[in-house]
Amino acid sequence: MKRIIAFITVVLVTTAVMAFTSPSLLRNVHLGLDLKGGFEILYEATPYEGGAKVSKESLVKTAQSLEKRANMLGTSEPEVTTEGSNRIRLKLAGVTDEAEVRKQMKEPAALTFRSKNGTETSADQYNKIEMVGTDFAENGAKLEYTNMNEPIVAIKVKSKEKFAEVTERLLGQPLAIYMNDELISAPTVQAVLTEGTATISVGGDVNEAKELRDNINLGALPLKLTEKYSQSVGATLGQQSLKETIEAGLIGSVLILIFMIVMYHVPGLFAGFALIVHTWLLILVFVWADFTLTLPGIAAFILGVGMAVDANIITNERIREEIRSGRSVMSAVKAGGKHSLRTILDSNITTIIVALVMFAYGTGAVKGFALVLVVEIVLSIATNIYFSRFLLNLLLKSGKLLKPKYFGVKERDIREL
Amino acid sequence: MSFNTKKLNKNLNYVHLSKHFFRLSIILTIIGVISLAVFGLNYGVDFKAGSNVDITLSRTLTEEQIQPILKQIGIDEGSDITLGDNRMNIRFNEVLNEDNDHLLKQEILKLDDKASFEVNTVDTEMAKELAANAIKAVLISCIGIIIYVSIRFEWRFAVAAVIALLHDAFMVVTVFSIFRLEVDLTFIIAVLTIIGYSINDTIVIFDRIRENMRFSKLKTREDLIKLVNNSVSQTIMRSLYTALTVFIAAFFLFLLGGESIRMFSLAMVIGLLFGAYSTIFIASPIWFVLKSKQKNNSAKTSKATN
Repeated sequence: MKRIIAFITVVLVTTAVMAFTSPSLLRNVHLGLDLKGGFEILYEATPYEGGAKVSKESLVKTAQSLEKRANMLGTSEPEVTTEGSNRIRLKLAGVTDEAEVRKQMKEPAALTFRSKNGTETSADQYNKIEMVGTDFAENGAKLEYTNMNEPIVAIKVKSKEKFAEVTERLLGQPLAIYMNDELISAPTVQAVLTEGTATISVGGDVNEAKELRDNINLGALPLKLTEKYSQSVGATLGQQSLKETIEAGLIGSVLILIFMIVMYHVPGLFAGFALIVHTWLLILVFVWADFTLTLPGIAAFILGVGMAVDANIITNERIREEIRSGRSVMSAVKAGGKHSLRTILDSNITTIIVALVMFAYGTGAVKGFALVLVVEIVLSIATNIYFSRFLLNLLLKSGKLLKPKYFGVKERDIREL
Repeated sequence: MSFNTKKLNKNLNYVHLSKHFFRLSIILTIIGVISLAVFGLNYGVDFKAGSNVDITLSRTLTEEQIQPILKQIGIDEGSDITLGDNRMNIRFNEVLNEDNDHLLKQEILKLDDKASFEVNTVDTEMAKELAANAIKAVLISCIGIIIYVSIRFEWRFAVAAVIALLHDAFMVVTVFSIFRLEVDLTFIIAVLTIIGYSINDTIVIFDRIRENMRFSKLKTREDLIKLVNNSVSQTIMRSLYTALTVFIAAFFLFLLGGESIRMFSLAMVIGLLFGAYSTIFIASPIWFVLKSKQKNNSAKTSKATN
């Protein structure tokens, strides 16, 4: 009796926890661009000057600057990751003007400090380039405040000597800051700067100071970006794919569940329940670990359901075989479970090997697929082997289910010992 | 729905039958090699430089409405329009630049303001790398499987399993080549998954052979044939049921799933069928052939059946 109560409690509590948490879990699943719409670009970075190799640091910094730029353009949650030694993958969602964003992202951020050389035609024109972006220390510009609480931008150059020469020559004159031929500020040189550092006053506006700081830092990044691959999905199309794929998955899953119950009766029912727990756990892992769910991921998931069912089929076929050979149900479940466990582990481990290789060598979609597959196999071993067996054993030990027909075995198929 | 497994399988001599299936698989492989050599594969945008624009429309547009737009932007050369119900696909052999991409969208939005776009662009270099990575992944997977199976079983099982999985993967490639189905990145994923399933499936039968070997004395070639036949008979129902359940999932994905994973699902469906076939008729018989050679070397047996 105790075991029956334990069985009912386990089932009810599990069901309640799943029912209670599912809505908020589903809302928190991080969807990939192919499901929510957006666009993805893979850039290859090459240095502007010379054939120097792209350093890890400058690549990471360029990625960070792309992220900043994407944020400035008002896209939602831009995702920027570096790949290999010279690639940057950019994922943006909720972009209204895609062409403009692409143009802006690729723009090389050519920062120049200029002075007048006499060829100018208007007062705010400066034609002589004194310093270029790469003369500045990477990420060297910072926002600081004076004693008067006025925001200023502190900058740092690579060559003290050059900066000293320029500031000495232009003392008292304006040194204009240009971003891609656009004048953004024209501070006057107040002193000869020999330390390689300087501060620029922008007149009290914090936002303007921040923008100047970001511009200088962007300009100091010497990498040129070339689009290697791009994928753009309209929001409607993404949602449609999500809806269609989930519907297809649900129909497939329901049919599999029916198949299991028809084939294996009571253990089939437990297998179905374990499968639902398995699905819930998978979503939990995705939300908890903040993995991104993509379309190939959903495909891997649905196909993984088929594979999880396989673990149950192997076990139940084995149990039936043992029952047919004349064992009691109790000992058949024990022997079947023991024998099938090794089979299931060996077959699942080989599949994990394949999935891990895919994860290691794949890019984008392949990686997403492999990730789901690995997580799923591990969860499948936990739920479809241990959990469904636990339920079955609880009932068996309570003295229920001891007839072969509960396992879908006909009495006449049982061999006499 | 309960099959009587004994009645169904008792008379089947899988080892004997496999002669014919070996022949069939060899013929299919030759056809595949020829088809690949002559026709190659119908590479999708992932493997061919260019741009692919998928548009979901709220109403059906005609080619006559689209052609002038392409001409006007100057991107009509090498473009290929496929029209469907409320959808349209335009394939460009050249990579669309941002301006053209933008113009194209603008013009189509003029015709249908509810249009939703999916644009994929690939550089050839990138595509070659994707393919190379995929092949590398397959080879490394094979090595991983050989090592694992050799440790857990023996090398003959590993060799047979790898031949079976390469067979399955190649059969899917063959079908895609013959029927000119589009090969994109998801196809690679599908082939890799099929390899995963194929090995999973094969290992289950090998596991049974390993188990049965423990309790049997293999003196003659006939003993070995009996062992393989019994092991296949004992696991065939599980192989078929599992193939069926995964088939159900893949089939519904193919039928109802999103457009972008349709080819993936189709490759899966084909791969599953070949996977189930090779597990039963190719993998175990290959192991038998390898094993019987060992037997022949150690102790000359009475006579060969073939």
